[in-house]
Amino acid sequence: MIAVVDYNMGNIGSIVNILRYVGCTDVKVTTSKENIDKADKLILPGVGAFDEGIKTLKRQGLFEAIRESAETRKIPIMGICLGMQLLGISSEEGKEEGLGLIPFSCKKFSVDGLKVPHMGWDYVEVKNGDTRLTRDVPRVQRYYFVHSYHAVCANEGNVLMTCDYGETFPAAVYSENVYGFQFHPEKSHQFGKRLFMNFVGMES
Amino acid sequence: LNKRPRIIPTLLIENSDLVKTTKFKKPGYLGDPINALKIFNEKGVDEICVMDIQASKNGAGPNYDLLKEMASEAFMPLSYGGGITSISDMTDIFRLGYEKVIINTAWTGNNSLVREASERFGSQSIIVSIDYKRRFGRYQCYTHDGTNKIKCTPIEMAKMAEKCGAGELLLYSIDRDGTRSGYDVETINQISHMISIPLIACGGAGSIADIKAALAAGADAVAAGSIFVYFGDINAVLINYPDFTQFVNHGIYDKELAEYEL
Repeated sequence: MIAVVDYNMGNIGSIVNILRYVGCTDVKVTTSKENIDKADKLILPGVGAFDEGIKTLKRQGLFEAIRESAETRKIPIMGICLGMQLLGISSEEGKEEGLGLIPFSCKKFSVDGLKVPHMGWDYVEVKNGDTRLTRDVPRVQRYYFVHSYHAVCANEGNVLMTCDYGETFPAAVYSENVYGFQFHPEKSHQFGKRLFMNFVGMES
Repeated sequence: LNKRPRIIPTLLIENSDLVKTTKFKKPGYLGDPINALKIFNEKGVDEICVMDIQASKNGAGPNYDLLKEMASEAFMPLSYGGGITSISDMTDIFRLGYEKVIINTAWTGNNSLVREASERFGSQSIIVSIDYKRRFGRYQCYTHDGTNKIKCTPIEMAKMAEKCGAGELLLYSIDRDGTRSGYDVETINQISHMISIPLIACGGAGSIADIKAALAAGADAVAAGSIFVYFGDINAVLINYPDFTQFVNHGIYDKELAEYEL
């Protein structure tokens, strides 16, 4: 079962729609620790602000449950947009500590003459095509972005994909079984579909 | 740097029907919004903007059932405006699968709503729509679907919206809505260079050349209704969207990017 973590800040409906579209029916939108403990895979969506996201996860008792799923049970986890940013260590946007599953922190875009948020379709290059998630994904594709903050990875090895917006930044990050996408693959037409197919097809 | 500017069809809803207005009036019936969205999805459009033109006027609020069904057909970004008055309305809209909400009527009495919303959801999810008319050389903003004049010029409203945490502005010329007489490039040019958040130009598109002109004037994205729902001189209803090559021919997309299309 894929658990879509509902911390009241996501475009949950879009995630359920794309999962159904790629043929995955065993999906639970959940706010409960029990479902997370039982899940074979987790998706952490997100539209919102960093602190609000972390605080809500803690209030729901899901913060530790997600960490355990990643670190002890080692199930595949996909974070999207804010959901990706929560996987890191910290963010300039807030004071809360992130889930700490991938070593990166988030900072705001600050390039002269560029508008923030970075909004729209942009071209993304796959840096590591050997992971289970990037298999058969073309080297360059476009995806939809809506964000003001971006990841800065401590180790190059955690960068899965990159994008340029005044500066090169990680468009996707990963560490073992945990993957994070800054763009919205669920809102990127056929371009994002492959990522979900690969995720659904991953063995836990 | 703007490698692929967004070109956004707008879908106007009235009583669950898809309509198109002229100068915010005379809504003409076009068909079923769910079907229209499905077609735009198949055409791979960049983004869709859904606006309920009655939700604020009659106070009914968003039509969640319809919005849910529309979102289930869309594997592209969606924004929604119409009758949103609270944080809880926004939470519900996002849950259905919309990434952004559009605020206009709720702006008047309650700027704190935009502030609170951008803190809660991040400013990238909040669009403020600046609906304006030009009268005797003066510019005036409106709310309630163009029926309520507010004491504010588009420039003032743009600056204020950015300060309050809006992540994007929809600059909507009421005078040009549905006229296909071209965008108000003068105002686009003025405002886009005054703000550091993205600006979507809306109202007046009659051709791809108009789109190019709005982008050249400084718009970061364009929204348009008539050209994507009508076809030919007699306004036959036909959901349509130019393909990649047509945008390349007008200098909107870079030819080299064609290799990354499917």
